[in-house]
Amino acid sequence: MSILFQFTHPYPHRSRVNRVLLDAVRDLPNVLVNDLYALYPKLHVDVEREQALLRESDAVVFQHPFYWYSAPALLKEWIDVVLEQGFAYGPGGTALHGKIWLHSVTTGMGGDAYGPEGLNQATMAELLKPFERTARFCGMGWQAPLVFHGAHEADAGRIAEHGRALRSLLETLG
Amino acid sequence: MHDSSFLTHFLIYLGTALLIVPLAKKLGLGSVLGYLLAGLLIGPSGLALISQGEDVLHFAEFGVVIMLFLVGLELAPQRLWEMRGPIFGAGGLQVLATTLPLAGFALGLKLNWPSAAIAAMGMALSSTAIALQILAERNQLATPAGRLGFATLLFQDLAVIPMLALIPLLGGQSAGQGFDWPGAGKAALVVGGIVVSGRYLLRPALRYVAATGMREIFTASALFIVLATALLMQTVGMSMALGTFLAGVLLAESEYRHALETDLEPFKGLLLGLFFISIGMSVDLGLILGHWRILLVLVAGFVGLKLLVLLGLGRMFHLPKPQRWFFAITLSQGGEFAFVLTNTAQAEGIVPAEAAGLLVAVVALSMMTTPLLLIVHDRLIEPRFSGRRQPAFDAVEDEGNPVIIAGFGRFGQIVGRLLAANRIGVTVLDHDPIHIDTIRKFGHKVFYGDATRLDLLRSAGAGQAKLIIVAIDDVEQSLRLVDSVKEEFPHLAILVRARNVQHAFELMARGISVYQREIFESALLLGEQALTQLGHGPYAAHKAAQKFRAHDIKALQKRYQARDDEEKLISVVREARSQLAQAMSADEEEYQLKVTRDSWR
Repeated sequence: MSILFQFTHPYPHRSRVNRVLLDAVRDLPNVLVNDLYALYPKLHVDVEREQALLRESDAVVFQHPFYWYSAPALLKEWIDVVLEQGFAYGPGGTALHGKIWLHSVTTGMGGDAYGPEGLNQATMAELLKPFERTARFCGMGWQAPLVFHGAHEADAGRIAEHGRALRSLLETLG
Repeated sequence: MHDSSFLTHFLIYLGTALLIVPLAKKLGLGSVLGYLLAGLLIGPSGLALISQGEDVLHFAEFGVVIMLFLVGLELAPQRLWEMRGPIFGAGGLQVLATTLPLAGFALGLKLNWPSAAIAAMGMALSSTAIALQILAERNQLATPAGRLGFATLLFQDLAVIPMLALIPLLGGQSAGQGFDWPGAGKAALVVGGIVVSGRYLLRPALRYVAATGMREIFTASALFIVLATALLMQTVGMSMALGTFLAGVLLAESEYRHALETDLEPFKGLLLGLFFISIGMSVDLGLILGHWRILLVLVAGFVGLKLLVLLGLGRMFHLPKPQRWFFAITLSQGGEFAFVLTNTAQAEGIVPAEAAGLLVAVVALSMMTTPLLLIVHDRLIEPRFSGRRQPAFDAVEDEGNPVIIAGFGRFGQIVGRLLAANRIGVTVLDHDPIHIDTIRKFGHKVFYGDATRLDLLRSAGAGQAKLIIVAIDDVEQSLRLVDSVKEEFPHLAILVRARNVQHAFELMARGISVYQREIFESALLLGEQALTQLGHGPYAAHKAAQKFRAHDIKALQKRYQARDDEEKLISVVREARSQLAQAMSADEEEYQLKVTRDSWR
């Protein structure tokens, strides 16, 4: 299974968790790392290139911090321009059918904030619904997201452990 | 004393013109009538300030010659070919339909038939000078009436050649000679020569001249081309104006068109004026007063006949109704060629002197009727039609681009290419001929000229364009152009390339808000790439560069305000530098603080 790893962090050198997670998986033979902010610092996405990468992959992993209940802006731009009619949906838009869509998300707050009683008054499953609907609309399989809570205060050990978890998830995907 | 009388004459012409023409225009009589009247005033029939004005007036003829050259410049060869229908159709019919009745009339007057034929043919032609001047002045050249009129005039100019050839034949004196084959051969050679040199020699020659960078030498070459062509044609007995028209057509698609137009326009204007003065002078008031009843009838009949034929022609060629009278009136006068023809005929003994004098008078008077008739047209005829507006037709001139780019070097080219790629019409001006040559090879349309000249800008369409991009690298010229454009074409938006900070300040002082320092953005970009290479993420580097950019633009404003005060300037610059350092380092600190406050950036 070939995996397209969409790393979406605007300031990787300041990242505490995402960067470690990236390092944990980048050497896997079937993983292709696509650093979106590095490629498109002016947010001008190369649609053809992205679509070609998608065609060649069986699974797409989106690694990003959870900014304001969503992903950093470039990922939204990516979704807006890459998932075109005729490619991802609509007549003839079957390029993504059967592929897997997986989110690997880090949140600043702790896990207790994400529950019906928590600060955010919603679970991660609920908050990731827009992505889920997008994936399904394109005929893709929505994988249960991998979430790392409490990134602000996490210690190196916990982060590393999560990195290993991500790695084994990717190894056994599909 | 030959020299001083030349100068005195010239002075008198200029003086009279200065006095009378503005007056005539103000009274609504038009400049042509003004010049004619001025000529009448100073001529033998008037104040007799000038009795033998031939020296100066001889080169007044070149006014017509230059005018035809300029007309040719406006006409691309392909369009000329497309016009062959109207030229031979309308033109041919007009000449025929006018000549026959006139000849019949002349025969009725007991003139022998050679004289009748000559007189009729000469009178059938209109005055290219007057008609074209009217069309150009009123901006009607692009309308159907203008185009038909132009085609007719063109044919008339062509028809002069056989007419001139016929005179000796009809004269009977040289009847035994038969057709002048060597003469015709020479003429054909000359025309062929003009076409060939126009196609292959003129442009390289102009490029060579333009490369010297001396404006006056270019003007000299423009005049040289016109005069040389005219004289060449004259030596083989063909119409000078036709030759220069041809030369103009051959240069119509060259990059030098606008520059040639701009250089020759003032000469044309002045010389044409002198030409009309000379016609006014040739009017023998005594003769007119002596035969005024006959002349009145003759002129009325003459102009009336022409009007009839032209109105019919307008109908046949489907001119829109509101334009038919204008077309007819504009061509209803007798032409300057009638003078030439009459003179030649008189010299060959075909036409008796008194008849010749009358003919000249009739033609000259008919020329004066045209401006008057036009006044009638404007006041009475036109308003009757103005209720029914016709849709505007496409202008023959296919410029009218919304953008003018002054300076097509490395900077201008990028802007131009971006606009062109977005299908925006761009008129480009540049002053380096070698440069232009290269650019044209790649299919860009560039015009040679000094973009700081207002008349060139106007000719390039600045009056109708939306914006002008000043991409000239010379700071002085750039500023001069900005000043001119602001004054003459206030509607035109101005976008400027700023060579450096000082230039930017000068632009800001002139209220120019859209400008780009030519090296700023690219240096910034390279700096951004340097940051990336040093390990900054590309996005972070980009953000840093954007921050720097915003800061620098603000700092520039502050420096501009402090520019006159050196102390203040120094302190402002220092402050800016420390501010920048602070801003950059604050980011790092801020980030650390914010992270612990649950936010991210």
